[in-house]
Amino acid sequence: MKILVPLKRVADPDNANKVKIASDGSKVTSEGLEWKLNPFDEYAVEAALRITENAATNARLGEVVVVSLGPAEAKQQVTQALAMGADRGMLVEAADEALDASVVVDVLEKVVAEEKPDLILAGKQVVDGDSNQVAQMLAQRLGWPQATFAAKIETDAGLKTALVVREVDGGVSKLKLTFPAVISVDLRIVAPEGVKNGNTPAEKKYNDGPRYPSLKGIMQAKKKPLALKKPGDFGVTPNPRLEVLKFEPPPARKAGVKVPDVETLVAKLKNEARVI
Amino acid sequence: MPNVLVIAELFEGKVRKGSLSAITFAREAAAIVGGGFDLLVLGPGAKAAAPSLAKYGAGKVLAGEAGEYVAEAYAPLVAKNAAGYAVVCATATAMGKDLMPRVAEHLKAGMASDVVKVANQGGLVLVRPMYAGNVLAHVKVKTPVAVVTVRQAEFEAAAETGGASPVADAAASPAEAAAARVAVAGFEKVVSARPELTDARVIVSGGRGLKSGDNFKIIEQLADLLHGAVGATRAAVDAGFVPNDLQVGQTGKIVAPQLYIAVGLSGALQHLAGMKGSKVIVAINKDPEAPIFTVADYGLVADLFQAVPALVTELKKVVA
Ligand SMILES: Cc1cc2nc3c(=O)[nH]c(=O)nc-3n(C[C@H](O)[C@H](O)[C@H](O)COP(=O)(O)OP(=O)(O)OC[C@H]3O[C@@H](n4cnc5c(N)ncnc54)[C@H](O)[C@@H]3O)c2cc1C
Repeated sequence: MKILVPLKRVADPDNANKVKIASDGSKVTSEGLEWKLNPFDEYAVEAALRITENAATNARLGEVVVVSLGPAEAKQQVTQALAMGADRGMLVEAADEALDASVVVDVLEKVVAEEKPDLILAGKQVVDGDSNQVAQMLAQRLGWPQATFAAKIETDAGLKTALVVREVDGGVSKLKLTFPAVISVDLRIVAPEGVKNGNTPAEKKYNDGPRYPSLKGIMQAKKKPLALKKPGDFGVTPNPRLEVLKFEPPPARKAGVKVPDVETLVAKLKNEARVI
Repeated sequence: MPNVLVIAELFEGKVRKGSLSAITFAREAAAIVGGGFDLLVLGPGAKAAAPSLAKYGAGKVLAGEAGEYVAEAYAPLVAKNAAGYAVVCATATAMGKDLMPRVAEHLKAGMASDVVKVANQGGLVLVRPMYAGNVLAHVKVKTPVAVVTVRQAEFEAAAETGGASPVADAAASPAEAAAARVAVAGFEKVVSARPELTDARVIVSGGRGLKSGDNFKIIEQLADLLHGAVGATRAAVDAGFVPNDLQVGQTGKIVAPQLYIAVGLSGALQHLAGMKGSKVIVAINKDPEAPIFTVADYGLVADLFQAVPALVTELKKVVA
């Protein structure tokens, strides 16, 4: 069983309000902000590790390969995933500006042809572009089934199928997938009950959230294979389907007022804002 | 020749209100790319639902009976019916977000997600948020067809314009192999007497400050008094106070009601991303430094366990 997890580095998502837009609107910069692994990708790595292990015996039941498209510095985020426990990494060097979902899919399609994974586990979106397209486009390109926004994944013990629980409008939907397939994960996947793989016994409880790399994991990560590639190695010339004309800040909300008590609040809502 | 195709969504045989936002987008987009718009509705009961879509000024309404929604089966159907259109759009509901990238790939089209505005600059320009709503990008799709999802909170529900668009059968399309490897294994409906978050005029949201699911009763009381919906932060959902369906924010619902009352929540940027577009924001928090106050029109620094019941009492005097 092999799982491929695509990764992206992003500017610190907890400080996304501190990114700067060039005065001519030509680009967004994030100077002073740390680079992080996209949180949903980190959750996908966690889910992939849970699927491919027996957490009671620490036996590995499969291989997790992580692949990132991005600048050379994104090696750090690939290494982070390796330190969490992924087995191999690949970095396809490309300038972030040259990428849109279709370019990422062009490259991943070729990586899939080489690696032949049974499952692709992706984050549901990157929190810089917020596009939420790669997993679905890749599934269509490969002709594979998809389950997006997975809150829970339950595989059979042989790791050939998955029951995926998805939080959708008006309720919870369940999809049964036969691998090879693409699953994109939402944040609830890293809850203690997020993944069941039919191998880790039910008594074994996971902590909430993605695992931290252990010291041993960090040491081991340095020795794990990390292939450096270029899109050209896969015969891909980045040709985005979208062109960004400019970036601009969203309209600012004008500062409001503090009210001293509920009576004033109700009076303002009624007479000033006229919303009640 | 109509240039824009709108994919309308069914829920239990009825067109979702959210789809009316995509119609508003389609009218604006058609004014730029030329022509008009058509509607496509797929699913069980599509033909019965089609007449309800005929009053919005579409060139025609295409209806196709189909099995329960799965992207693998619907994407080829949408792609088949999309032949000849310049723009194919849907509202960014869970279904829209799941389906449309697959449709885009089918059509080898560029896609703009979560569009909040359109502009005309020698052609259709789509404005969309990035970085949890902290940046707006103006994008142009370079492929002949543009696929778009639109934010319900940013495009008003289209009003009926009268008339009756002709209803026709949607084209069929052979099943693709992927559809054989996916099956719907169940749907658990969330039942609530309150309006849906995305449709509500008023939303009262609670955060970790509520401390328990039981305490959410005071949030519900306030919401019911204002005929509003109840929302929550991720922290409140993760703590098990309320079901996940109520989460507002980057990973929950994007809302823009007339009135948003934020109670006992700090205003993390992932939460703000989902409600910053509200017309009037009220914040009740005991911490005067809480970031929610930076976006609130009216801030009340107070203990919520006193302030909310007092607010209910006071409101009863003024609302019926
Ligand atoms: C990838 C990612 C996605 C996320 N998506 C979302 C999302 O979609 N939606 C979302 O909401 N969050 C999201 N988050 C989480 C977000 O970062 C915050 O952790 C979360 O919003 C905090 O919730 P809170 O405001 O309820 O809790 P806290 O930040 O703990 O705030 C509680 C507030 O309650 C106040 N308080 C406590 N007691 C009282 C009292 N008695 N009276 C008055 N006030 C009181 C406190 O002063 C405090 O301000 C996401 C995070 C990540 C990493």
